[in-house]
Amino acid sequence: MRQALLLPFEIVLDFVQRLGRSVIFLGNTISALPALLLRPSLIVQQMYSIGVLSLIIIVISGAFVGMVLALQGYRTLVDFGAEESLGAVVALTIVRELGPVVTALLFAGRAGSAVAAEIGLMRATEQLDGMSMMAVDPIKRVVAPRFLAGVLCLPLLTAIFSMMAIGVVGGYLIGVQLLGVDSGAYWSQIQSTVEFEGDVLNGIIKSLAFGVVISWIAVFQGYHAAPTAEGVSRATTRTVVVSSLVVLGLDFILTSLMFGGV
Amino acid sequence: MSNTRILELIVGAFVILGVLAVFFLTMRVSNLASQGDTRGGYLVQARFENIGGLKAGAPVSMAGVRVGRVTGIQIDPQSFEAVVSIELGSRYNYIPDDSDASILTAGLLGEQYIGLAPGGSERPLQAGDTIKFTQSALILEQIIGQFLFSKAEQGLDKPATTP
Repeated sequence: MRQALLLPFEIVLDFVQRLGRSVIFLGNTISALPALLLRPSLIVQQMYSIGVLSLIIIVISGAFVGMVLALQGYRTLVDFGAEESLGAVVALTIVRELGPVVTALLFAGRAGSAVAAEIGLMRATEQLDGMSMMAVDPIKRVVAPRFLAGVLCLPLLTAIFSMMAIGVVGGYLIGVQLLGVDSGAYWSQIQSTVEFEGDVLNGIIKSLAFGVVISWIAVFQGYHAAPTAEGVSRATTRTVVVSSLVVLGLDFILTSLMFGGV
Repeated sequence: MSNTRILELIVGAFVILGVLAVFFLTMRVSNLASQGDTRGGYLVQARFENIGGLKAGAPVSMAGVRVGRVTGIQIDPQSFEAVVSIELGSRYNYIPDDSDASILTAGLLGEQYIGLAPGGSERPLQAGDTIKFTQSALILEQIIGQFLFSKAEQGLDKPATTP
Protein backbone atom coordinates (compact mmCIF):
# COMPACT_ATOMS: atom_id res chain seq x y z
CA MET A 1 0.00 0.00 0.00
CA ARG A 2 2.69 2.35 1.04
CA GLN A 3 4.72 1.38 -2.02
CA ALA A 4 1.76 1.97 -4.35
CA LEU A 5 1.32 5.45 -2.93
CA LEU A 6 4.98 6.26 -3.39
CA LEU A 7 5.08 5.03 -7.01
CA PRO A 8 4.20 8.39 -8.67
CA PHE A 9 6.91 10.10 -6.62
CA GLU A 10 9.36 7.45 -7.74
CA ILE A 11 8.51 8.08 -11.39
CA VAL A 12 8.86 11.85 -11.04
CA LEU A 13 12.11 11.48 -9.13
CA ASP A 14 13.44 9.06 -11.77
CA PHE A 15 12.59 11.54 -14.49
CA VAL A 16 14.24 14.47 -12.71
CA GLN A 17 17.31 12.38 -11.98
CA ARG A 18 17.59 11.29 -15.61
CA LEU A 19 17.22 14.89 -16.76
CA GLY A 20 19.95 16.04 -14.39
CA ARG A 21 22.21 13.22 -15.48
CA SER A 22 21.69 14.13 -19.13
CA VAL A 23 22.55 17.79 -18.48
CA ILE A 24 25.75 16.81 -16.65
CA PHE A 25 26.50 14.43 -19.52
CA LEU A 26 26.04 17.28 -22.01
CA GLY A 27 28.42 19.41 -19.96
CA ASN A 28 31.03 16.64 -19.96
CA THR A 29 30.63 16.18 -23.71
CA ILE A 30 31.03 19.88 -24.44
CA SER A 31 34.08 20.16 -22.21
CA ALA A 32 35.61 17.26 -24.16
CA LEU A 33 35.14 19.09 -27.47
CA PRO A 34 38.38 21.18 -27.42
CA ALA A 35 40.47 18.00 -27.11
CA LEU A 36 38.90 16.87 -30.40
CA LEU A 37 40.79 19.56 -32.29
CA LEU A 38 43.89 17.42 -31.89
CA ARG A 39 42.25 14.52 -33.71
CA PRO A 40 40.08 15.91 -36.51
CA SER A 41 40.10 12.55 -38.29
CA LEU A 42 37.62 11.28 -35.68
CA ILE A 43 35.16 14.01 -36.67
CA VAL A 44 35.66 13.33 -40.37
CA GLN A 45 34.84 9.65 -39.85
CA GLN A 46 31.68 10.50 -37.95
CA MET A 47 30.64 13.15 -40.46
CA TYR A 48 30.82 10.43 -43.08
CA SER A 49 28.60 7.99 -41.23
CA ILE A 50 26.23 10.66 -39.90
CA GLY A 51 26.14 13.24 -42.68
CA VAL A 52 27.12 11.67 -45.97
CA LEU A 53 25.15 8.49 -45.43
CA SER A 54 22.04 10.57 -44.62
CA LEU A 55 22.40 12.50 -47.84
CA ILE A 56 20.31 10.23 -50.05
CA ILE A 57 17.23 10.18 -47.84
CA ILE A 58 17.46 13.99 -47.37
CA VAL A 59 17.81 14.72 -51.08
CA ILE A 60 14.96 12.43 -52.11
CA SER A 61 12.59 13.62 -49.37
CA GLY A 62 13.45 17.24 -50.12
CA ALA A 63 12.56 16.79 -53.75
CA PHE A 64 9.24 15.11 -52.99
CA VAL A 65 8.22 17.56 -50.25
CA GLY A 66 8.85 20.44 -52.65
CA MET A 67 6.91 18.70 -55.41
CA VAL A 68 3.88 18.06 -53.21
CA LEU A 69 3.90 21.63 -51.87
CA ALA A 70 4.03 23.05 -55.39
CA LEU A 71 1.19 20.81 -56.53
CA GLN A 72 -1.06 21.64 -53.58
CA GLY A 73 -0.15 25.32 -53.55
CA TYR A 74 -0.87 25.62 -57.25
CA ARG A 75 -4.35 24.13 -56.93
CA THR A 76 -5.27 26.72 -54.28
CA LEU A 77 -3.55 29.71 -55.85
CA VAL A 78 -4.89 29.15 -59.36
CA ASP A 79 -8.43 29.88 -58.14
CA PHE A 80 -7.32 33.42 -57.28
CA GLY A 81 -5.25 33.85 -60.43
CA ALA A 82 -2.23 34.12 -58.17
CA GLU A 83 -0.25 31.12 -59.37
CA GLU A 84 2.73 33.45 -59.87
CA SER A 85 3.08 33.50 -56.06
CA LEU A 86 3.73 29.76 -56.03
CA GLY A 87 7.46 30.31 -55.60
CA ALA A 88 6.91 32.48 -52.53
CA VAL A 89 4.56 29.92 -50.96
CA VAL A 90 6.94 27.02 -51.50
CA ALA A 91 10.08 28.93 -50.48
CA LEU A 92 8.67 30.45 -47.31
CA THR A 93 7.15 27.16 -46.14
CA ILE A 94 10.38 25.28 -46.78
CA VAL A 95 12.86 27.83 -45.48
CA ARG A 96 10.96 28.70 -42.31
CA GLU A 97 9.37 25.44 -41.21
CA LEU A 98 9.44 22.30 -43.30
CA GLY A 99 13.12 22.39 -44.15
CA PRO A 100 14.48 22.41 -40.59
CA VAL A 101 11.74 20.23 -39.08
CA VAL A 102 11.45 17.49 -41.70
CA THR A 103 15.22 17.26 -42.01
CA ALA A 104 15.53 17.01 -38.23
CA LEU A 105 12.90 14.25 -38.05
CA LEU A 106 14.56 12.27 -40.83
CA PHE A 107 17.95 12.88 -39.24
CA ALA A 108 16.69 11.56 -35.89
CA GLY A 109 15.40 8.44 -37.60
CA ARG A 110 18.41 7.85 -39.82
CA ALA A 111 21.43 9.09 -37.87
CA GLY A 112 20.23 9.50 -34.25
CA SER A 113 19.07 5.91 -34.01
CA ALA A 114 22.31 4.64 -35.55
CA VAL A 115 24.44 6.60 -33.07
CA ALA A 116 22.38 5.42 -30.10
CA ALA A 117 22.54 1.79 -31.23
CA GLU A 118 26.28 1.97 -31.88
CA ILE A 119 27.14 3.48 -28.50
CA GLY A 120 24.59 1.26 -26.76
CA LEU A 121 26.17 -1.82 -28.28
CA MET A 122 29.61 -0.63 -27.16
CA ARG A 123 28.15 -0.33 -23.68
CA ALA A 124 26.56 -3.80 -23.86
CA THR A 125 29.76 -5.45 -25.12
CA GLU A 126 31.79 -3.63 -22.46
CA GLN A 127 33.93 -1.80 -25.00
CA LEU A 128 33.34 1.48 -23.16
CA ASP A 129 34.50 -0.07 -19.90
CA GLY A 130 37.51 -1.50 -21.70
CA MET A 131 38.44 1.98 -22.91
CA SER A 132 38.21 3.41 -19.39
CA MET A 133 40.44 0.56 -18.19
CA MET A 134 43.04 1.60 -20.75
CA ALA A 135 42.77 5.21 -19.52
CA VAL A 136 41.02 6.28 -22.72
CA ASP A 137 38.13 8.56 -21.90
CA PRO A 138 35.16 7.12 -23.83
CA ILE A 139 33.45 10.51 -23.75
CA LYS A 140 36.38 12.06 -25.58
CA ARG A 141 36.97 9.13 -27.92
CA VAL A 142 33.42 7.98 -28.70
CA VAL A 143 30.78 10.46 -27.59
CA ALA A 144 32.21 13.89 -28.42
CA PRO A 145 33.05 13.20 -32.11
CA ARG A 146 29.55 11.85 -32.76
CA PHE A 147 27.96 14.79 -30.97
CA LEU A 148 29.98 17.40 -32.85
CA ALA A 149 29.49 15.68 -36.20
CA GLY A 150 25.72 15.66 -35.64
CA VAL A 151 25.67 19.35 -34.74
CA LEU A 152 27.73 20.24 -37.81
CA CYS A 153 25.88 18.00 -40.25
CA LEU A 154 22.26 18.92 -39.58
CA PRO A 155 22.45 22.56 -40.78
CA LEU A 156 24.25 21.42 -43.93
CA LEU A 157 21.66 18.71 -44.56
CA THR A 158 18.87 21.24 -43.95
CA ALA A 159 20.35 23.61 -46.50
CA ILE A 160 20.62 20.78 -49.01
CA PHE A 161 17.03 19.74 -48.29
CA SER A 162 15.78 23.30 -48.84
CA MET A 163 17.78 23.68 -52.01
CA MET A 164 16.36 20.44 -53.42
CA ALA A 165 12.81 21.34 -52.41
CA ILE A 166 12.79 24.89 -53.77
CA GLY A 167 15.12 25.16 -56.64
CA VAL A 168 16.62 22.06 -58.10
CA VAL A 169 13.87 19.49 -58.41
CA GLY A 170 10.86 20.01 -56.12
CA GLY A 171 8.95 23.24 -56.53
CA TYR A 172 10.79 24.29 -59.65
CA LEU A 173 10.20 21.07 -61.52
CA ILE A 174 6.49 20.89 -60.74
CA GLY A 175 5.69 24.62 -60.78
CA VAL A 176 7.72 25.79 -63.73
CA GLN A 177 8.29 22.76 -65.91
CA LEU A 178 5.03 20.92 -65.36
CA LEU A 179 2.34 23.47 -64.41
CA GLY A 180 3.71 26.31 -66.52
CA VAL A 181 4.36 29.03 -63.95
CA ASP A 182 6.73 31.55 -65.51
CA SER A 183 10.30 30.87 -64.42
CA GLY A 184 11.10 34.57 -63.95
CA ALA A 185 7.98 35.14 -61.86
CA TYR A 186 8.77 32.06 -59.75
CA TRP A 187 12.22 33.34 -58.83
CA SER A 188 11.33 37.02 -58.47
CA GLN A 189 8.45 36.17 -56.12
CA ILE A 190 10.83 34.07 -54.04
CA GLN A 191 13.44 36.81 -53.96
CA SER A 192 11.01 39.58 -53.03
CA THR A 193 9.40 37.66 -50.15
CA VAL A 194 12.21 35.66 -48.56
CA GLU A 195 14.51 37.75 -46.40
CA PHE A 196 17.98 36.74 -45.38
CA GLU A 197 17.93 37.59 -41.68
CA GLY A 198 14.26 36.95 -41.07
CA ASP A 199 13.90 33.66 -42.90
CA VAL A 200 17.10 31.99 -44.03
CA LEU A 201 19.19 32.79 -40.98
CA ASN A 202 16.40 31.81 -38.59
CA GLY A 203 16.03 28.51 -40.46
CA ILE A 204 19.74 27.84 -40.00
CA ILE A 205 19.57 28.74 -36.29
CA LYS A 206 16.63 26.37 -35.93
CA SER A 207 18.48 23.50 -37.56
CA LEU A 208 21.53 24.16 -35.40
CA ALA A 209 19.36 23.92 -32.27
CA PHE A 210 17.77 20.71 -33.56
CA GLY A 211 21.22 19.31 -34.30
CA VAL A 212 22.35 19.92 -30.71
CA VAL A 213 19.18 18.39 -29.26
CA ILE A 214 19.11 15.28 -31.45
CA SER A 215 22.81 14.53 -31.03
CA TRP A 216 22.55 15.08 -27.30
CA ILE A 217 19.62 12.71 -26.93
CA ALA A 218 21.22 10.07 -29.17
CA VAL A 219 24.60 9.96 -27.41
CA PHE A 220 22.99 10.12 -23.98
CA GLN A 221 20.54 7.31 -24.66
CA GLY A 222 23.28 5.15 -26.12
CA TYR A 223 25.78 5.85 -23.37
CA HIS A 224 23.32 5.16 -20.59
CA ALA A 225 21.63 2.18 -22.23
CA ALA A 226 21.12 -0.92 -20.12
CA PRO A 227 23.92 -3.31 -21.16
CA THR A 228 21.58 -5.88 -22.69
CA ALA A 229 20.07 -6.52 -26.11
CA GLU A 230 16.78 -5.16 -24.84
CA GLY A 231 18.49 -2.10 -23.40
CA VAL A 232 20.05 -1.27 -26.77
CA SER A 233 16.76 -1.62 -28.59
CA ARG A 234 15.03 0.53 -25.97
CA ALA A 235 17.71 3.21 -26.27
CA THR A 236 17.28 3.29 -30.04
CA THR A 237 13.51 3.58 -29.83
CA ARG A 238 13.70 6.23 -27.15
CA THR A 239 16.14 8.28 -29.19
CA VAL A 240 13.78 8.44 -32.16
CA VAL A 241 10.63 9.05 -30.11
CA VAL A 242 12.06 11.59 -27.68
CA SER A 243 14.04 13.55 -30.23
CA SER A 244 11.07 13.72 -32.63
CA LEU A 245 8.85 15.06 -29.87
CA VAL A 246 11.47 17.50 -28.63
CA VAL A 247 12.11 18.75 -32.17
CA LEU A 248 8.43 19.45 -32.72
CA GLY A 249 8.03 21.16 -29.36
CA LEU A 250 11.22 23.15 -29.72
CA ASP A 251 10.14 24.18 -33.20
CA PHE A 252 6.99 25.73 -31.78
CA ILE A 253 8.97 27.64 -29.17
CA LEU A 254 11.57 28.85 -31.67
CA THR A 255 8.90 29.82 -34.20
CA SER A 256 7.00 31.86 -31.64
CA LEU A 257 10.25 33.54 -30.60
CA MET A 258 11.34 34.26 -34.17
CA PHE A 259 8.12 34.95 -36.02
CA GLY A 260 5.55 35.42 -33.27
CA GLY A 261 6.30 38.97 -32.21
CA VAL A 262 4.89 41.49 -34.67
CA MET B 1 44.33 5.65 -52.85
CA SER B 2 44.08 4.77 -49.23
CA ASN B 3 40.77 4.30 -47.51
CA THR B 4 41.03 7.33 -45.28
CA ARG B 5 41.80 9.53 -48.27
CA ILE B 6 38.60 8.45 -50.03
CA LEU B 7 36.65 8.98 -46.82
CA GLU B 8 38.03 12.45 -46.35
CA LEU B 9 37.34 13.31 -49.98
CA ILE B 10 33.72 12.23 -49.65
CA VAL B 11 33.21 14.20 -46.44
CA GLY B 12 34.87 17.23 -48.03
CA ALA B 13 32.53 16.98 -51.00
CA PHE B 14 29.57 16.73 -48.63
CA VAL B 15 30.63 19.88 -46.77
CA ILE B 16 31.13 21.74 -50.05
CA LEU B 17 27.66 20.67 -51.18
CA GLY B 18 26.19 21.91 -47.91
CA VAL B 19 27.98 25.24 -48.09
CA LEU B 20 26.84 25.62 -51.70
CA ALA B 21 23.28 25.01 -50.56
CA VAL B 22 23.59 27.71 -47.89
CA PHE B 23 25.02 29.99 -50.56
CA PHE B 24 22.10 29.16 -52.83
CA LEU B 25 19.65 30.01 -50.06
CA THR B 26 21.29 33.36 -49.32
CA MET B 27 21.95 34.49 -52.86
CA ARG B 28 19.32 32.95 -55.09
CA VAL B 29 16.44 32.66 -52.63
CA SER B 30 16.79 35.59 -50.27
CA ASN B 31 18.47 37.76 -52.90
CA LEU B 32 21.05 39.19 -50.53
CA ALA B 33 23.19 40.27 -53.47
CA SER B 34 20.68 42.59 -55.11
CA GLN B 35 19.47 43.98 -51.79
CA GLY B 36 22.83 45.73 -51.72
CA ASP B 37 21.73 47.52 -54.89
CA THR B 38 19.46 49.99 -53.22
CA ARG B 39 21.63 50.22 -50.13
CA GLY B 40 23.83 53.27 -50.37
CA GLY B 41 21.06 55.08 -52.16
CA TYR B 42 19.65 58.37 -51.05
CA LEU B 43 16.71 59.11 -48.75
CA VAL B 44 13.70 61.21 -49.63
CA GLN B 45 10.42 61.64 -47.80
CA ALA B 46 6.82 61.68 -48.85
CA ARG B 47 3.75 62.64 -46.83
CA PHE B 48 0.48 60.82 -47.26
CA GLU B 49 -2.93 61.35 -45.73
CA ASN B 50 -3.45 57.62 -45.57
CA ILE B 51 -1.00 54.90 -46.45
CA GLY B 52 -3.43 51.98 -46.27
CA GLY B 53 -1.45 48.78 -45.84
CA LEU B 54 1.96 50.05 -46.92
CA LYS B 55 4.82 48.44 -45.00
CA ALA B 56 8.50 49.14 -44.55
CA GLY B 57 10.42 47.28 -47.23
CA ALA B 58 7.72 47.80 -49.85
CA PRO B 59 9.05 48.50 -53.35
CA VAL B 60 9.07 51.95 -54.95
CA SER B 61 8.78 51.79 -58.70
CA MET B 62 8.70 54.13 -61.61
CA ALA B 63 7.04 53.03 -64.84
CA GLY B 64 7.01 49.56 -63.30
CA VAL B 65 10.77 49.50 -62.74
CA ARG B 66 11.88 49.12 -59.15
CA VAL B 67 13.94 52.16 -58.20
CA GLY B 68 13.96 51.94 -54.41
CA ARG B 69 12.17 50.81 -51.31
CA VAL B 70 10.33 52.14 -48.27
CA THR B 71 12.69 52.26 -45.29
CA GLY B 72 10.47 53.66 -42.56
CA ILE B 73 7.03 54.96 -41.73
CA GLN B 74 6.32 57.51 -39.00
CA ILE B 75 3.43 59.76 -38.14
CA ASP B 76 3.79 63.54 -38.01
CA PRO B 77 2.64 64.62 -34.53
CA GLN B 78 1.40 68.02 -35.78
CA SER B 79 -0.41 67.29 -39.01
CA PHE B 80 -1.19 63.61 -38.31
CA GLU B 81 0.05 62.69 -41.74
CA ALA B 82 2.07 59.59 -42.45
CA VAL B 83 5.69 60.39 -43.23
CA VAL B 84 7.20 57.70 -45.41
CA SER B 85 10.97 57.52 -45.84
CA ILE B 86 11.98 56.24 -49.23
CA GLU B 87 15.41 55.05 -50.21
CA LEU B 88 16.07 55.49 -53.91
CA GLY B 89 18.96 53.74 -55.63
CA SER B 90 21.90 56.05 -56.27
CA ARG B 91 21.78 55.07 -59.96
CA TYR B 92 18.42 56.81 -60.23
CA ASN B 93 19.62 60.35 -59.62
CA TYR B 94 17.61 61.93 -62.43
CA ILE B 95 14.05 61.67 -61.03
CA PRO B 96 12.41 65.13 -61.35
CA ASP B 97 11.69 66.77 -57.98
CA ASP B 98 8.05 67.48 -58.89
CA SER B 99 7.34 63.78 -59.42
CA ASP B 100 4.09 62.42 -58.11
CA ALA B 101 4.04 59.56 -55.57
CA SER B 102 0.94 57.43 -55.19
CA ILE B 103 0.25 54.29 -53.22
CA LEU B 104 -0.86 51.54 -55.56
CA THR B 105 -1.82 47.92 -55.12
CA ALA B 106 -0.28 45.09 -57.10
CA GLY B 107 -3.30 43.16 -58.30
CA LEU B 108 -6.62 43.15 -56.49
CA LEU B 109 -5.38 41.72 -53.18
CA GLY B 110 -1.65 42.18 -53.61
CA GLU B 111 0.94 44.07 -51.65
CA GLN B 112 0.90 47.84 -51.71
CA TYR B 113 3.76 49.76 -53.25
CA ILE B 114 4.63 53.34 -54.14
CA GLY B 115 4.48 54.32 -57.79
CA LEU B 116 6.35 57.41 -58.94
CA ALA B 117 5.07 59.33 -61.96
CA PRO B 118 7.70 61.72 -63.37
CA GLY B 119 7.07 65.46 -63.39
CA GLY B 120 8.52 68.02 -65.75
CA SER B 121 11.03 69.77 -63.52
CA GLU B 122 14.65 70.14 -64.57
CA ARG B 123 15.92 69.73 -61.02
CA PRO B 124 16.32 66.11 -59.86
CA LEU B 125 15.30 64.81 -56.43
CA GLN B 126 18.12 65.01 -53.93
CA ALA B 127 18.78 63.44 -50.56
CA GLY B 128 16.53 64.93 -47.89
CA ASP B 129 13.95 66.25 -50.33
CA THR B 130 10.24 65.78 -49.77
CA ILE B 131 8.01 64.66 -52.59
CA LYS B 132 5.29 67.33 -52.80
CA PHE B 133 2.60 65.67 -54.83
CA THR B 134 1.23 62.55 -53.24
CA GLN B 135 -1.88 60.48 -53.58
CA SER B 136 -3.11 58.36 -50.70
CA ALA B 137 -3.94 54.71 -50.84
CA LEU B 138 -7.34 53.72 -52.09
CA ILE B 139 -9.23 52.20 -49.21
CA LEU B 140 -11.59 49.65 -50.66
CA GLU B 141 -14.07 49.92 -47.79
CA GLN B 142 -14.37 53.70 -48.19
CA ILE B 143 -15.01 53.40 -51.92
CA ILE B 144 -17.67 50.75 -51.38
CA GLY B 145 -19.19 52.92 -48.64
CA GLN B 146 -19.33 55.96 -50.92
CA PHE B 147 -20.81 53.87 -53.69
CA LEU B 148 -23.54 52.48 -51.46
CA PHE B 149 -24.25 55.94 -50.06
CA SER B 150 -24.65 57.48 -53.51
CA LYS B 151 -26.90 54.60 -54.57
CA ALA B 152 -29.04 55.17 -51.48
CA GLU B 153 -29.31 58.88 -52.28
CA GLN B 154 -30.40 58.09 -55.83
CA GLY B 155 -33.05 55.81 -54.38
CA LEU B 156 -34.39 58.72 -52.26
CA ASP B 157 -34.69 61.01 -55.28
CA LYS B 158 -36.76 58.54 -57.24
CA PRO B 159 -39.43 57.00 -54.96
CA ALA B 160 -40.19 53.45 -55.86
CA THR B 161 -42.98 53.24 -58.44
CA THR B 162 -45.83 51.10 -57.37
CA PRO B 163 -47.08 48.67 -59.98
